Amino acid sequence: MNFVVFLAAAAEPASDLHPLLKLTGILVVAVGFALRVNTLLVVMLAGIVTGLISGMSFHEVIALFGTFFVENRYMSLAVILTVPVIGLLERYGLQERAEYLVRRQGGATAGRVLLLYQAMREITIALGIPIGGHAGMVRPLVAPMAEGAAAAQGELDPKSRAEIRAHAAAAENVGNFFAEDIFIGVGAILLMKGFFDTVGMNVGVWDMALWGFPTALAAFGIGWWRYRALDQRIHARQRTAAAPGGEGHDATQH
Amino acid sequence: MTLLNIESFYLVVGVILALIAVRIALDASHPSRWGASVFWGLFAATFLLGKRVSPLLIGYLLLAMVLLAALQQVKKSNEVSTPKSERLASAARLGFRVFLPALLIPLVVVLGSLLFRFLEVGRFRLASAADATLVALGTAGLVALAAAIFVTRAPASAAVKEGSRLLQMIGWPLILPQMLAALGGIFAKAGVGDVVARIVGNALPTQIPFVAVAAYCGGMAIFTIIMGNAFAAFAVITGGIGLPLIVQQHGGNPAIMAALGMLAGYCGTLCTPMAANFNLVPAMLLELDDHHAVIKAQLPFAGIIFLFNVAMMWLLVFRF
Repeated sequence: MNFVVFLAAAAEPASDLHPLLKLTGILVVAVGFALRVNTLLVVMLAGIVTGLISGMSFHEVIALFGTFFVENRYMSLAVILTVPVIGLLERYGLQERAEYLVRRQGGATAGRVLLLYQAMREITIALGIPIGGHAGMVRPLVAPMAEGAAAAQGELDPKSRAEIRAHAAAAENVGNFFAEDIFIGVGAILLMKGFFDTVGMNVGVWDMALWGFPTALAAFGIGWWRYRALDQRIHARQRTAAAPGGEGHDATQH
Repeated sequence: MTLLNIESFYLVVGVILALIAVRIALDASHPSRWGASVFWGLFAATFLLGKRVSPLLIGYLLLAMVLLAALQQVKKSNEVSTPKSERLASAARLGFRVFLPALLIPLVVVLGSLLFRFLEVGRFRLASAADATLVALGTAGLVALAAAIFVTRAPASAAVKEGSRLLQMIGWPLILPQMLAALGGIFAKAGVGDVVARIVGNALPTQIPFVAVAAYCGGMAIFTIIMGNAFAAFAVITGGIGLPLIVQQHGGNPAIMAALGMLAGYCGTLCTPMAANFNLVPAMLLELDDHHAVIKAQLPFAGIIFLFNVAMMWLLVFRF
């Protein structure tokens, strides 16, 4: 909600009110999320409201939803085609095997597994190699390995398990995003080049590459800190759970 | 002539989704048997019919799907996978082989996106350069599925069953990325971005170089949070704030501005439920009760990387 307040406050000096009405859709999204209305419904309402205010007819907006939805079918392709393979392999013990492998490695912790994955993801994407994905890598391999590493050191409570999984998804996203601009073969740099071309500026792809390198390193450094903090939280819980008397165990459960 | 194009894989996806709809319709114990069956059937239709029917029809199918989801008629099935003991036993039996099909996916994606466009015999080529990555992705899924069936000796019906179970676990958020892309398209058509860019530009003392940099990076992050997509934010915010303020007013380097500006946008991507494919779908896929758990884990990353990135742009953009 904060950014809506900010927009409303910042907007006061502007004299004409009409363009601001176009932001109603954003308000719908913010209020909808805040009230926990079904996200799909919020999105569709925001689109319809924005379209109607901008002078489209109801049918035009619905047709636009249809057009864009069909154009963006590629977004669902990876998950839908990967999931049957992963589901089948999980039935035959993929996650259990991933856990087993990492349990045998001395010194493996959840945080180290995740840092290693983020590093691998950053290096490969910087070279233009798209390895990874939440359905293809994180659910079947990375998350079970991280959980296995943590479980090898003591009982793992549901809260720690959930935190490990959330951080595994974070490792995938952070690794995917921040090393991307280093290399020129990747979509982002080509998109920027296209933008400069359309506004008539001559900016070469190599001019844009490499400047993202410090940020990629920073992302890795923050990963190191966050995953270490994750390990420490898990250790603390495991120590309390293992403490004699068992009260500590209850405290972490509730 | 190209032998494989992305439309053929959309048909495969359509068939997979249609099989889910049929499975649900046949499952008397399903908690929302007819609603869920219709939902997955309509989703299948958007893949099978695609561009062959009018966008208005697809739009109304979407409206029906959204209403089914909002009325809580799209629940997951009660089906369970095999028990842990059985999975441990087959993990021990298959050993490392259980990984091979999963590892085939990235391997085929990489090889395919690099090589498919060059495979041609006479007039026939395997895939066009424009499609290569997506065709590689689709091929990888199917090759890995064949390998998985070979390695596990499972019946093909098991793949349908497990695929159906996992996709139902994700549930209606599966269509969120496409719906949000559509919302982004409508926002762009209505000119929402220009308004946001103008407000940010007007409200701040951008004659100070640092403020211009902060306004540009902040604009990228905020607009990405709204749109769920840094690519959509880039043209609007760079055209509305970056070029006039950083490049024209303060003489900054456009290449450095663009490269670091996009990274500021990615910080926004880490924070927003609008980027459903990165933040919400994984939460469902990892069976997390808190749908925003991934975003919460990413907030410290986003905040610190954003500040670092603003500092880097401020240090670099006026100097080189």
